[in-house]
Amino acid sequence: MREELIVSGRMNPHIDPQLQIWEWHIPAYLFLGGLAAGILFFASYFFIKGKSEEYPTAVKLAPIITPVLIGLGLLFLLLDLKHKLYFWRLYTAFKIESPMSWGAWTLMAIMPLSGIWAALNIKSLFPKWDWKFDIVKDAIKVLEEYKTPIAWAMMILSVILGIYTGILLSAFNARPLWNTSILGPLFLVSGMSTGAAAIIILSKSKAERHTFARIDLLLIAIELFLIVHMFMGFRASSQVQIDASAMFLGGQFTAPFWVFVVGLGLVIPAVLEIMEMRNKKIPYMVAPALVLFGGLLFRFIMAYAGQMSRWLY
Amino acid sequence: MRYAMAVDTKKCVGCSDCVVACQTENDVPIGYCRDWIVEVTDGTYPQLELEHRSERCNHCENSPCVRCCPTGASHYSDGGTVMVTKNKCIGCGACIASCPYDARYTHPKGYVDKCTFCIHRVKKGQQPACVAVCPTKCMYFGDLDDPNSEVSKVIKKRKYKTLIPEAGTKPQLYFLI
Repeated sequence: MREELIVSGRMNPHIDPQLQIWEWHIPAYLFLGGLAAGILFFASYFFIKGKSEEYPTAVKLAPIITPVLIGLGLLFLLLDLKHKLYFWRLYTAFKIESPMSWGAWTLMAIMPLSGIWAALNIKSLFPKWDWKFDIVKDAIKVLEEYKTPIAWAMMILSVILGIYTGILLSAFNARPLWNTSILGPLFLVSGMSTGAAAIIILSKSKAERHTFARIDLLLIAIELFLIVHMFMGFRASSQVQIDASAMFLGGQFTAPFWVFVVGLGLVIPAVLEIMEMRNKKIPYMVAPALVLFGGLLFRFIMAYAGQMSRWLY
Repeated sequence: MRYAMAVDTKKCVGCSDCVVACQTENDVPIGYCRDWIVEVTDGTYPQLELEHRSERCNHCENSPCVRCCPTGASHYSDGGTVMVTKNKCIGCGACIASCPYDARYTHPKGYVDKCTFCIHRVKKGQQPACVAVCPTKCMYFGDLDDPNSEVSKVIKKRKYKTLIPEAGTKPQLYFLI
Protein backbone atom coordinates (compact mmCIF):
# COMPACT_ATOMS: atom_id res chain seq x y z
CA MET A 1 0.00 0.00 0.00
CA ARG A 2 1.27 3.42 -0.88
CA GLU A 3 1.75 5.58 2.17
CA GLU A 4 2.74 9.12 2.91
CA LEU A 5 4.20 9.88 6.30
CA ILE A 6 4.65 13.52 7.28
CA VAL A 7 6.80 14.45 10.26
CA SER A 8 7.09 18.10 11.22
CA GLY A 9 9.68 19.54 13.57
CA ARG A 10 7.43 22.47 14.40
CA MET A 11 5.89 22.53 17.89
CA ASN A 12 4.56 26.06 18.37
CA PRO A 13 2.23 26.45 21.38
CA HIS A 14 -1.49 26.57 20.41
CA ILE A 15 -0.58 25.79 16.79
CA ASP A 16 0.76 22.23 16.97
CA PRO A 17 -0.10 19.40 16.97
CA GLN A 18 -3.42 21.01 16.11
CA LEU A 19 -4.67 24.56 16.10
CA GLN A 20 -6.12 25.74 19.42
CA ILE A 21 -6.07 29.47 19.00
CA TRP A 22 -9.68 30.01 20.11
CA GLU A 23 -11.07 28.55 23.29
CA TRP A 24 -14.53 28.96 24.87
CA HIS A 25 -14.65 32.75 24.46
CA ILE A 26 -15.29 32.74 20.74
CA PRO A 27 -18.12 30.17 20.56
CA ALA A 28 -19.71 31.76 23.65
CA TYR A 29 -19.53 35.16 21.98
CA LEU A 30 -20.89 33.77 18.70
CA PHE A 31 -23.85 32.39 20.65
CA LEU A 32 -24.52 35.65 22.53
CA GLY A 33 -24.14 37.70 19.33
CA GLY A 34 -26.54 35.43 17.44
CA LEU A 35 -29.04 35.46 20.31
CA ALA A 36 -28.95 39.26 20.58
CA ALA A 37 -29.25 39.57 16.80
CA GLY A 38 -32.31 37.30 16.82
CA ILE A 39 -34.05 39.20 19.62
CA LEU A 40 -33.30 42.62 18.09
CA PHE A 41 -34.49 41.47 14.69
CA PHE A 42 -37.88 40.38 16.00
CA ALA A 43 -38.17 43.50 18.17
CA SER A 44 -37.57 45.90 15.30
CA TYR A 45 -39.53 43.84 12.75
CA PHE A 46 -42.69 43.62 14.83
CA PHE A 47 -42.37 47.24 15.91
CA ILE A 48 -42.19 48.37 12.28
CA LYS A 49 -45.18 46.13 11.54
CA GLY A 50 -47.09 48.00 14.27
CA LYS A 51 -47.50 44.93 16.49
CA SER A 52 -45.95 46.32 19.68
CA GLU A 53 -49.09 45.66 21.71
CA GLU A 54 -49.70 42.23 20.24
CA TYR A 55 -46.14 41.02 20.94
CA PRO A 56 -44.96 43.06 23.94
CA THR A 57 -42.29 40.54 24.98
CA ALA A 58 -40.65 40.56 21.56
CA VAL A 59 -40.79 44.32 21.04
CA LYS A 60 -40.27 45.62 24.58
CA LEU A 61 -39.23 43.08 27.20
CA ALA A 62 -36.74 40.77 25.47
CA PRO A 63 -34.62 43.57 23.91
CA ILE A 64 -33.89 44.88 27.42
CA ILE A 65 -31.48 41.99 27.95
CA THR A 66 -29.67 42.51 24.63
CA PRO A 67 -27.27 45.26 25.81
CA VAL A 68 -26.26 42.82 28.55
CA LEU A 69 -25.85 39.95 26.07
CA ILE A 70 -23.78 42.07 23.68
CA GLY A 71 -21.76 43.53 26.55
CA LEU A 72 -20.99 40.08 27.87
CA GLY A 73 -20.04 38.96 24.37
CA LEU A 74 -17.70 41.93 24.00
CA LEU A 75 -16.14 41.09 27.36
CA PHE A 76 -15.50 37.53 26.14
CA LEU A 77 -13.95 38.91 22.95
CA LEU A 78 -11.69 41.18 24.97
CA LEU A 79 -10.68 38.26 27.20
CA ASP A 80 -9.79 36.29 24.09
CA LEU A 81 -7.43 38.95 22.74
CA LYS A 82 -3.77 38.23 23.45
CA HIS A 83 -2.61 41.83 22.95
CA LYS A 84 -5.47 43.39 24.93
CA LEU A 85 -4.14 46.92 25.42
CA TYR A 86 -4.27 47.46 21.67
CA PHE A 87 -7.95 46.47 21.25
CA TRP A 88 -8.76 50.07 20.19
CA ARG A 89 -6.83 49.43 17.00
CA LEU A 90 -10.03 47.77 15.75
CA TYR A 91 -11.52 51.25 15.57
CA THR A 92 -8.68 53.02 13.84
CA ALA A 93 -9.22 50.94 10.70
CA PHE A 94 -12.06 49.62 8.60
CA LYS A 95 -10.95 46.67 6.50
CA ILE A 96 -13.61 45.86 3.96
CA GLU A 97 -12.25 42.34 3.34
CA SER A 98 -12.03 41.36 7.00
CA PRO A 99 -15.27 40.01 8.51
CA MET A 100 -13.83 40.65 11.96
CA SER A 101 -13.51 44.35 11.14
CA TRP A 102 -17.12 44.40 9.93
CA GLY A 103 -18.18 42.68 13.12
CA ALA A 104 -16.30 45.10 15.35
CA TRP A 105 -17.96 48.09 13.68
CA THR A 106 -21.40 46.44 13.67
CA LEU A 107 -21.10 45.79 17.41
CA MET A 108 -20.04 49.39 17.92
CA ALA A 109 -23.24 50.53 16.18
CA ILE A 110 -25.76 48.01 17.47
CA MET A 111 -24.70 48.06 21.12
CA PRO A 112 -25.77 51.70 21.74
CA LEU A 113 -28.89 51.20 19.59
CA SER A 114 -29.93 48.23 21.71
CA GLY A 115 -29.32 50.34 24.81
CA ILE A 116 -31.45 53.16 23.41
CA TRP A 117 -34.19 50.69 22.52
CA ALA A 118 -34.16 49.30 26.06
CA ALA A 119 -34.28 52.85 27.49
CA LEU A 120 -37.21 53.79 25.25
CA ASN A 121 -39.27 50.79 26.40
CA ILE A 122 -38.34 50.47 30.02
CA LYS A 123 -41.03 52.86 31.23
CA SER A 124 -43.87 50.95 29.62
CA LEU A 125 -42.65 47.80 31.37
CA PHE A 126 -41.88 49.31 34.74
CA PRO A 127 -44.28 52.25 35.18
CA LYS A 128 -42.51 53.37 38.37
CA TRP A 129 -39.18 53.74 36.56
CA ASP A 130 -37.64 57.16 37.12
CA TRP A 131 -34.69 58.44 35.07
CA LYS A 132 -33.86 60.96 37.84
CA PHE A 133 -31.95 63.37 35.58
CA ASP A 134 -33.79 65.80 33.36
CA ILE A 135 -31.19 65.53 30.63
CA VAL A 136 -31.92 61.80 30.27
CA LYS A 137 -35.65 62.47 30.14
CA ASP A 138 -35.13 65.11 27.45
CA ALA A 139 -32.88 62.82 25.43
CA ILE A 140 -35.44 60.02 25.59
CA LYS A 141 -38.18 62.40 24.48
CA VAL A 142 -36.11 63.35 21.41
CA LEU A 143 -35.18 59.76 20.61
CA GLU A 144 -38.82 58.70 20.97
CA GLU A 145 -39.57 60.64 17.77
CA TYR A 146 -36.94 58.66 15.87
CA LYS A 147 -38.17 55.26 17.01
CA THR A 148 -39.02 54.06 13.51
CA PRO A 149 -35.65 54.91 11.90
CA ILE A 150 -33.93 53.41 14.96
CA ALA A 151 -35.95 50.22 14.46
CA TRP A 152 -34.98 50.07 10.78
CA ALA A 153 -31.29 50.56 11.58
CA MET A 154 -31.53 47.93 14.28
CA MET A 155 -33.22 45.44 11.98
CA ILE A 156 -30.56 45.81 9.28
CA LEU A 157 -27.69 45.74 11.77
CA SER A 158 -29.13 42.69 13.55
CA VAL A 159 -29.10 40.75 10.28
CA ILE A 160 -25.49 41.81 9.67
CA LEU A 161 -24.55 40.84 13.23
CA GLY A 162 -26.27 37.47 12.92
CA ILE A 163 -24.81 36.55 9.55
CA TYR A 164 -21.33 37.89 10.26
CA THR A 165 -20.81 35.41 13.11
CA GLY A 166 -20.95 32.71 10.44
CA ILE A 167 -19.12 34.62 7.72
CA LEU A 168 -16.31 35.26 10.20
CA LEU A 169 -15.59 31.53 10.26
CA SER A 170 -16.43 30.83 6.63
CA ALA A 171 -13.78 33.35 5.48
CA PHE A 172 -11.02 31.02 6.69
CA ASN A 173 -10.05 29.00 3.68
CA ALA A 174 -7.34 27.38 5.82
CA ARG A 175 -9.99 25.54 7.90
CA PRO A 176 -11.99 23.43 5.45
CA LEU A 177 -14.88 22.78 7.87
CA TRP A 178 -15.57 26.50 8.15
CA ASN A 179 -14.89 27.36 4.55
CA THR A 180 -18.46 27.05 3.29
CA SER A 181 -20.71 29.96 2.41
CA ILE A 182 -23.63 28.06 4.01
CA LEU A 183 -22.18 28.93 7.42
CA GLY A 184 -23.30 32.59 7.29
CA PRO A 185 -26.99 31.82 6.65
CA LEU A 186 -26.83 28.84 9.01
CA PHE A 187 -25.53 30.94 11.91
CA LEU A 188 -28.06 33.67 11.11
CA VAL A 189 -31.00 31.27 11.14
CA SER A 190 -29.69 29.54 14.25
CA GLY A 191 -29.26 32.90 16.00
CA MET A 192 -32.79 33.94 15.07
CA SER A 193 -34.08 30.63 16.34
CA THR A 194 -32.37 31.15 19.72
CA GLY A 195 -33.80 34.68 19.74
CA ALA A 196 -37.32 33.32 19.21
CA ALA A 197 -36.68 30.75 21.95
CA ALA A 198 -35.64 33.48 24.39
CA ILE A 199 -38.83 35.42 23.58
CA ILE A 200 -40.95 32.29 24.22
CA ILE A 201 -39.27 31.80 27.61
CA LEU A 202 -39.83 35.42 28.63
CA SER A 203 -43.39 35.73 27.30
CA LYS A 204 -46.42 35.50 29.57
CA SER A 205 -49.01 35.46 26.80
CA LYS A 206 -50.01 32.18 25.25
CA ALA A 207 -50.86 33.77 21.90
CA GLU A 208 -47.43 35.39 21.67
CA ARG A 209 -45.74 32.14 22.62
CA HIS A 210 -47.61 30.28 19.92
CA THR A 211 -46.67 32.83 17.26
CA PHE A 212 -43.00 32.52 18.16
CA ALA A 213 -43.23 28.75 18.39
CA ARG A 214 -44.50 28.79 14.80
CA ILE A 215 -41.68 31.13 13.75
CA ASP A 216 -39.18 28.93 15.57
CA LEU A 217 -40.56 25.85 13.84
CA LEU A 218 -39.97 27.43 10.46
CA LEU A 219 -36.45 28.48 11.46
CA ILE A 220 -35.64 24.97 12.73
CA ALA A 221 -36.82 23.54 9.41
CA ILE A 222 -34.56 25.95 7.50
CA GLU A 223 -31.68 25.11 9.83
CA LEU A 224 -32.09 21.38 9.28
CA PHE A 225 -32.19 21.94 5.54
CA LEU A 226 -29.02 24.10 5.67
CA ILE A 227 -27.18 21.50 7.79
CA VAL A 228 -28.00 18.71 5.34
CA HIS A 229 -27.13 21.03 2.47
CA MET A 230 -23.78 21.88 4.10
CA PHE A 231 -22.78 18.24 4.44
CA MET A 232 -23.93 17.50 0.89
CA GLY A 233 -21.65 20.30 -0.24
CA PHE A 234 -18.73 18.93 1.79
CA ARG A 235 -19.22 15.42 0.44
CA ALA A 236 -19.15 16.74 -3.12
CA SER A 237 -16.18 19.04 -2.55
CA SER A 238 -12.39 18.62 -2.42
CA GLN A 239 -10.58 16.04 -0.30
CA VAL A 240 -9.94 18.43 2.59
CA GLN A 241 -13.66 19.16 2.93
CA ILE A 242 -14.55 15.48 2.59
CA ASP A 243 -12.10 14.86 5.45
CA ALA A 244 -13.56 17.74 7.46
CA SER A 245 -17.11 16.42 7.11
CA ALA A 246 -15.90 12.92 8.03
CA MET A 247 -15.44 14.22 11.60
CA PHE A 248 -19.26 14.51 11.69
CA LEU A 249 -20.10 11.50 9.54
CA GLY A 250 -18.54 8.66 11.51
CA GLY A 251 -15.72 10.60 13.20
CA GLN A 252 -15.38 11.93 16.72
CA PHE A 253 -18.05 14.65 16.47
CA THR A 254 -20.74 12.34 15.05
CA ALA A 255 -22.51 11.56 18.33
CA PRO A 256 -22.32 15.01 19.97
CA PHE A 257 -23.44 16.72 16.78
CA TRP A 258 -26.26 14.49 15.56
CA VAL A 259 -27.57 13.45 18.99
CA PHE A 260 -27.25 16.69 20.94
CA VAL A 261 -27.24 19.52 18.39
CA VAL A 262 -29.56 18.05 15.75
CA GLY A 263 -31.61 15.64 17.90
CA LEU A 264 -31.92 17.40 21.23
CA GLY A 265 -31.45 20.96 19.93
CA LEU A 266 -33.57 20.91 16.77
CA VAL A 267 -35.73 17.84 16.15
CA ILE A 268 -37.08 17.31 19.69
CA PRO A 269 -37.94 21.00 20.26
CA ALA A 270 -39.67 21.02 16.88
CA VAL A 271 -41.76 18.00 17.86
CA LEU A 272 -42.53 19.54 21.27
CA GLU A 273 -43.57 22.82 19.66
CA ILE A 274 -45.94 21.01 17.29
CA MET A 275 -47.41 19.04 20.20
CA GLU A 276 -47.85 22.17 22.29
CA MET A 277 -49.59 23.96 19.44
CA ARG A 278 -52.00 21.03 19.28
CA ASN A 279 -52.74 21.73 22.96
CA LYS A 280 -50.93 18.71 24.34
CA LYS A 281 -49.92 19.39 27.94
CA ILE A 282 -46.18 20.12 27.75
CA PRO A 283 -44.29 22.63 29.88
CA TYR A 284 -43.67 25.43 27.37
CA MET A 285 -40.14 26.14 28.68
CA VAL A 286 -38.70 22.81 27.55
CA ALA A 287 -38.61 23.35 23.78
CA PRO A 288 -37.02 26.85 23.85
CA ALA A 289 -34.54 25.78 26.54
CA LEU A 290 -33.44 22.92 24.28
CA VAL A 291 -33.14 25.32 21.33
CA LEU A 292 -30.86 27.61 23.36
CA PHE A 293 -28.78 24.65 24.51
CA GLY A 294 -28.52 23.33 20.94
CA GLY A 295 -27.48 26.74 19.62
CA LEU A 296 -24.73 27.06 22.20
CA LEU A 297 -23.43 23.53 21.66
CA PHE A 298 -23.55 23.96 17.88
CA ARG A 299 -21.19 26.93 18.10
CA PHE A 300 -18.83 25.16 20.48
CA ILE A 301 -18.64 22.10 18.24
CA MET A 302 -18.14 24.17 15.08
CA ALA A 303 -15.44 26.29 16.72
CA TYR A 304 -13.47 23.32 18.04
CA ALA A 305 -13.96 20.99 15.07
CA GLY A 306 -13.14 23.76 12.62
CA GLN A 307 -9.77 24.32 14.24
CA MET A 308 -9.06 20.61 13.90
CA SER A 309 -9.81 20.57 10.18
CA ARG A 310 -6.86 21.48 8.01
CA TRP A 311 -4.92 21.09 4.79
CA LEU A 312 -2.34 18.33 4.72
CA TYR A 313 0.72 18.77 2.62
CA MET B 1 10.44 43.71 -6.58
CA ARG B 2 9.22 40.29 -5.50
CA TYR B 3 11.21 38.57 -2.79
CA ALA B 4 11.03 34.78 -2.89
CA MET B 5 12.91 31.78 -1.60
CA ALA B 6 13.73 28.45 -3.17
CA VAL B 7 14.61 25.34 -1.14
CA ASP B 8 16.34 22.43 -2.84
CA THR B 9 14.71 19.31 -1.41
CA LYS B 10 17.43 17.18 -3.07
CA LYS B 11 20.14 18.95 -1.10
CA CYS B 12 18.36 19.56 2.21
CA VAL B 13 19.30 16.96 4.82
CA GLY B 14 17.00 18.24 7.55
CA CYS B 15 19.77 19.27 9.94
CA SER B 16 17.71 22.13 11.43
CA ASP B 17 20.60 24.60 11.28
CA CYS B 18 18.20 27.04 9.60
CA VAL B 19 15.79 26.69 12.52
CA VAL B 20 18.43 27.46 15.12
CA ALA B 21 19.93 30.29 13.05
CA CYS B 22 16.51 31.92 12.79
CA GLN B 23 15.78 31.52 16.48
CA THR B 24 19.11 33.13 17.33
CA GLU B 25 18.98 35.91 14.75
CA ASN B 26 15.42 36.92 15.50
CA ASP B 27 15.38 36.31 19.24
CA VAL B 28 12.51 33.86 18.84
CA PRO B 29 11.09 32.90 22.27
CA ILE B 30 12.10 29.48 23.57
CA GLY B 31 9.74 26.74 22.43
CA TYR B 32 8.73 28.63 19.28
CA CYS B 33 10.05 28.63 15.74
CA ARG B 34 9.55 30.73 12.62
CA ASP B 35 10.97 28.07 10.30
CA TRP B 36 10.91 24.31 10.70
CA ILE B 37 11.85 21.05 9.03
CA VAL B 38 9.28 18.70 7.53
CA GLU B 39 10.19 15.15 6.56
CA VAL B 40 7.92 13.34 4.16
CA THR B 41 8.30 9.64 3.49
CA ASP B 42 6.34 8.59 0.46
CA GLY B 43 5.92 5.36 -1.47
CA THR B 44 5.27 1.63 -1.08
CA TYR B 45 7.67 -0.34 1.07
CA PRO B 46 10.50 -1.01 0.21
CA GLN B 47 10.42 1.66 -2.51
CA LEU B 48 10.32 4.71 -0.29
CA GLU B 49 11.34 8.27 -0.99
CA LEU B 50 12.31 10.78 1.65
CA GLU B 51 11.91 14.50 1.17
CA HIS B 52 13.24 17.17 3.49
CA ARG B 53 11.76 20.64 3.44
CA SER B 54 12.78 23.74 5.33
CA GLU B 55 9.44 25.52 5.69
CA ARG B 56 8.44 28.98 6.85
CA CYS B 57 5.94 31.72 6.02
CA ASN B 58 5.25 31.62 2.28
CA HIS B 59 4.93 35.40 2.01
CA CYS B 60 1.93 34.72 -0.20
CA GLU B 61 0.94 37.06 -2.97
CA ASN B 62 -2.74 36.52 -2.07
CA SER B 63 -2.36 36.32 1.68
CA PRO B 64 -5.40 35.20 3.68
CA CYS B 65 -3.74 36.63 6.80
CA VAL B 66 -3.59 40.13 5.34
CA ARG B 67 -7.18 39.79 4.16
CA CYS B 68 -8.56 38.60 7.51
CA CYS B 69 -6.65 41.00 9.77
CA PRO B 70 -9.21 43.46 11.20
CA THR B 71 -6.73 46.24 12.03
CA GLY B 72 -4.28 46.25 9.14
CA ALA B 73 -1.47 44.96 11.39
CA SER B 74 -0.79 42.19 8.88
CA HIS B 75 0.23 43.91 5.69
CA TYR B 76 2.30 43.67 2.52
CA SER B 77 5.67 45.32 2.75
CA ASP B 78 8.87 45.71 0.71
CA GLY B 79 9.16 43.18 -2.10
CA GLY B 80 5.74 41.68 -1.38
CA THR B 81 6.80 40.36 2.00
CA VAL B 82 4.04 39.88 4.58
CA MET B 83 4.72 41.66 7.87
CA VAL B 84 3.02 42.26 11.21
CA THR B 85 3.03 45.68 12.87
CA LYS B 86 3.29 44.84 16.57
CA ASN B 87 1.52 47.90 17.93
CA LYS B 88 -1.42 47.44 15.57
CA CYS B 89 -1.87 43.76 16.39
CA ILE B 90 -4.61 43.00 18.93
CA GLY B 91 -3.82 39.28 19.15
CA CYS B 92 -7.25 38.21 17.93
CA GLY B 93 -5.91 35.16 16.11
CA ALA B 94 -7.75 35.76 12.82
CA CYS B 95 -4.52 35.61 10.81
CA ILE B 96 -3.42 32.44 12.61
CA ALA B 97 -6.73 30.76 11.81
CA SER B 98 -6.52 31.97 8.21
CA CYS B 99 -3.04 30.60 7.41
CA PRO B 100 -3.20 27.19 5.71
CA TYR B 101 0.52 26.72 6.48
CA ASP B 102 0.13 27.51 10.20
CA ALA B 103 3.23 29.67 9.85
CA ARG B 104 2.25 32.14 12.58
CA TYR B 105 2.14 31.99 16.34
CA THR B 106 1.25 34.32 19.20
CA HIS B 107 4.39 35.73 20.79
CA PRO B 108 4.34 35.40 24.61
CA LYS B 109 4.13 39.21 24.65
CA GLY B 110 0.72 39.00 22.94
CA TYR B 111 1.24 40.05 19.36
CA VAL B 112 1.41 37.69 16.40
CA ASP B 113 4.82 36.82 15.06
CA LYS B 114 6.29 35.03 12.06
CA CYS B 115 9.11 34.87 9.50
CA THR B 116 10.10 38.25 8.07
CA PHE B 117 12.45 36.89 5.38
CA CYS B 118 15.04 38.56 7.70
CA ILE B 119 14.26 41.83 5.95
CA HIS B 120 16.57 43.67 8.39
CA ARG B 121 19.47 41.61 7.01
CA VAL B 122 18.29 41.77 3.41
CA LYS B 123 18.21 45.56 3.56
CA LYS B 124 21.88 45.48 4.55
CA GLY B 125 22.66 43.32 1.55
CA GLN B 126 22.90 40.13 3.56
CA GLN B 127 21.08 36.84 3.08
CA PRO B 128 18.33 35.77 5.50
CA ALA B 129 19.85 33.93 8.49
CA CYS B 130 18.50 30.53 7.44
CA VAL B 131 19.93 30.85 3.93
CA ALA B 132 23.28 32.15 5.14
CA VAL B 133 23.82 29.35 7.63
CA CYS B 134 22.72 26.36 5.53
CA PRO B 135 25.62 23.86 5.41
CA THR B 136 24.43 22.23 2.16
CA LYS B 137 23.63 25.60 0.56
CA CYS B 138 20.20 24.29 -0.37
CA MET B 139 18.40 27.64 -0.09
CA TYR B 140 18.24 30.54 -2.50
CA PHE B 141 16.82 33.95 -1.72
CA GLY B 142 16.33 36.95 -3.96
CA ASP B 143 14.15 39.04 -6.21
CA LEU B 144 11.99 37.13 -8.70
CA ASP B 145 11.51 40.29 -10.77
CA ASP B 146 15.25 40.31 -11.42
CA PRO B 147 16.02 37.57 -13.99
CA ASN B 148 19.65 37.48 -12.89
CA SER B 149 18.96 36.82 -9.21
CA GLU B 150 19.97 33.43 -7.86
CA VAL B 151 16.41 32.46 -7.07
CA SER B 152 15.14 33.42 -10.54
CA LYS B 153 17.87 31.40 -12.20
CA VAL B 154 17.40 28.28 -10.13
CA ILE B 155 13.62 28.36 -10.63
CA LYS B 156 14.10 28.67 -14.36
CA LYS B 157 16.50 25.74 -14.46
CA ARG B 158 14.87 23.28 -12.06
CA LYS B 159 11.49 21.66 -11.56
CA TYR B 160 9.73 23.01 -8.51
CA LYS B 161 6.52 22.88 -6.53
CA THR B 162 4.82 25.19 -4.08
CA LEU B 163 2.84 24.07 -1.03
CA ILE B 164 -0.94 23.71 -1.42
CA PRO B 165 -1.23 26.14 -4.34
CA GLU B 166 -4.88 25.00 -4.50
CA ALA B 167 -5.49 27.07 -1.36
CA GLY B 168 -5.24 30.06 -3.69
CA THR B 169 -2.55 31.84 -1.70
CA LYS B 170 0.10 32.18 -4.45
CA PRO B 171 2.93 31.14 -2.11
CA GLN B 172 6.43 32.52 -2.71
CA LEU B 173 8.37 29.64 -1.21
CA TYR B 174 9.52 27.32 -4.00
CA PHE B 175 10.61 23.75 -3.40
CA LEU B 176 12.99 22.36 -6.01
CA ILE B 177 12.23 18.72 -6.72
